[in-house]
Amino acid sequence: MSCSASPAAATKTWRLSLPADAPLFPRAANGRLELVPYLMAGYPDRHRSIENGRRLAGAGVAALEIGIPFSDPLADGPVIQKAGQAALEGGLTVGGAIEIAAAISGRAALVFMSYINPILAYGPDRFAADASSAGVAALIVPDLPVEEAEALKPVFRQAGLDTVFLVAPTSTDERIQRICAASTGFVYCVTLTGITGVRADLPAGLDALLGRVRARTELPVAAGFGISRPEHIAALKGHADAAVVGSALVAADDPLPLVEELLAACG
Amino acid sequence: MPLRYGVYGGRYVPETLVSPLDELEAAWRSARADPAFQAELELQRRDFVGRPTPLYFAERLSAHFGQARIHLKREDLCHTGAHKLNNALGQALLARRMGKQRIIAETGAGQHGVATATVGARFGFECTVYMGTEDMRRQAVNVERMRMLGAEVREVTAGTRTLKDATSEAIRDWVTNVRTTHYIIGSAVGPHPYPEMVRDLQRVIGDEARAQYLEAEGRLPEVVVACVGGGSNAIGIFTAFLDDEDVRLLGVEAGGAGLESGRHAASLVAGRPGVLHGSLSYLLQDADGQVLPTHSISAGLDYPGVGPEHSLLRDLERAEYLAVTDREALEAFQLCTRLEGILPALEPAHALAAAARLEGRVLLCLSGRGDKDLATVLAG
Repeated sequence: MSCSASPAAATKTWRLSLPADAPLFPRAANGRLELVPYLMAGYPDRHRSIENGRRLAGAGVAALEIGIPFSDPLADGPVIQKAGQAALEGGLTVGGAIEIAAAISGRAALVFMSYINPILAYGPDRFAADASSAGVAALIVPDLPVEEAEALKPVFRQAGLDTVFLVAPTSTDERIQRICAASTGFVYCVTLTGITGVRADLPAGLDALLGRVRARTELPVAAGFGISRPEHIAALKGHADAAVVGSALVAADDPLPLVEELLAACG
Repeated sequence: MPLRYGVYGGRYVPETLVSPLDELEAAWRSARADPAFQAELELQRRDFVGRPTPLYFAERLSAHFGQARIHLKREDLCHTGAHKLNNALGQALLARRMGKQRIIAETGAGQHGVATATVGARFGFECTVYMGTEDMRRQAVNVERMRMLGAEVREVTAGTRTLKDATSEAIRDWVTNVRTTHYIIGSAVGPHPYPEMVRDLQRVIGDEARAQYLEAEGRLPEVVVACVGGGSNAIGIFTAFLDDEDVRLLGVEAGGAGLESGRHAASLVAGRPGVLHGSLSYLLQDADGQVLPTHSISAGLDYPGVGPEHSLLRDLERAEYLAVTDREALEAFQLCTRLEGILPALEPAHALAAAARLEGRVLLCLSGRGDKDLATVLAG
């Protein structure tokens, strides 16, 4: 996969142009795993989230997930809840999160993670256009299952944004099929029944779940929730194409050393 | 496509909950159509809840207000003191039928938490209730009641530490423990099928009241009035009258310190559509889609969202919604207590305050009793 970058003069941002329907990063080969770190826009403050984002995006990751804070994040555990609340108290808006993405872009594919209500309030068309202009390549909306996305997906698509849907351990095979068919960019496999946050071990049965997902899509499959350690990365090799790491990085004073350690484990 | 009320409702939830919501919907449809389930529900309503609740002519209150002839549907006489048990009982029977071992709930003032803890004790479920630390402080007696009934009360320290955050935390518990746990949501809110299921379980209020009113007055009321937080008692009484086109339906929201102050909980009067707790409905939110903090003297109305069916009834103008302030509700509380010998909860005191301005034959849902509110009233 080749990425050509072109400067957008007015905002000094970079946009990754990809062929239509291309995956956001390659499927794993030769026992490698890709890493997708997460950061919360505006946390611990605007400046440091941009600095951290640039450092993580430049560290050799497959993509960088940027969280847009929401007052009521149902899928998130305490670490990301508190980071989001702090970002909101610091005055971060959806527009501000898009500016942060623009300031980071050009170093790795950027993925926005946002709950649906801030997107609806901003206006889905405007959000898709502005996110795309800022260099964001894909969107994950944790409270937008495929059924609810039917009207919105074309809006995101039109602006060139991939829509990444999530598979969960409770998803039936029929739903996994449908989620894989609806996803573009990659498929996000939630490893556990629960919310985001650090866990000691990966859940039992994860390999089987990942196998069910990978058998139903050509897209890369990223595993997320509860992943924070090099041994988790090692265990995912051969089963997933990428690992998303969130809470452990948000909780770290400096997320870069952990990202480097995890990248080393990625092989 | 999940059932919607016009554009409202839906299922804006993490994927983890979609299949369980499908299972819940199927289980509810099956139970609702099962005569044995209905017979059990009927029996428990009669012997455990104390239904039917009476319809009561508020003679002195009517004379005081002057323009209206007011009947009260006495949900305050339900076991545990409010209409909440109608819903908790039905969902507990459903949870048993589904083979769940554990029930969870959110609570604001504690009435739904007490109702859930009560059915937890009655049917032998492990029971966890989420409650904001701010509400635990304000409603310490209800916390003790729930604990005495065998429930674990988990404090919620996130966000505004009130009902909204307790609901979010209960949903997070459900996401985590969905295989063993049934979430008894307390109002006609949340992802499909909850708004429909809670309405089905609360419509007993309206079905009884309509028949009782016809029996007592020989015709239908001109106005049916109820308070609206999430809106379960209101949808419960409205549903029986939806096809009676000449009957006005009036929902009363919490106007708090006044709409102009910004310190209120009047989602339908002052909000705009948005997504909270799994459904699209009127919502108090800022320009950026962040959910706003709310205020009401009544903890049960202190919620930024509202059930999706009310949003549709509002848009269709089938029901009207207005807001009543803390002060007006307190005055109505005092009046009802002094003139009728009935201490209303502060929630239906909002409906009573609205009834003061009405004319003609009025049916009002007195959704709960006010003993829980004495400290608040004395402080106010």
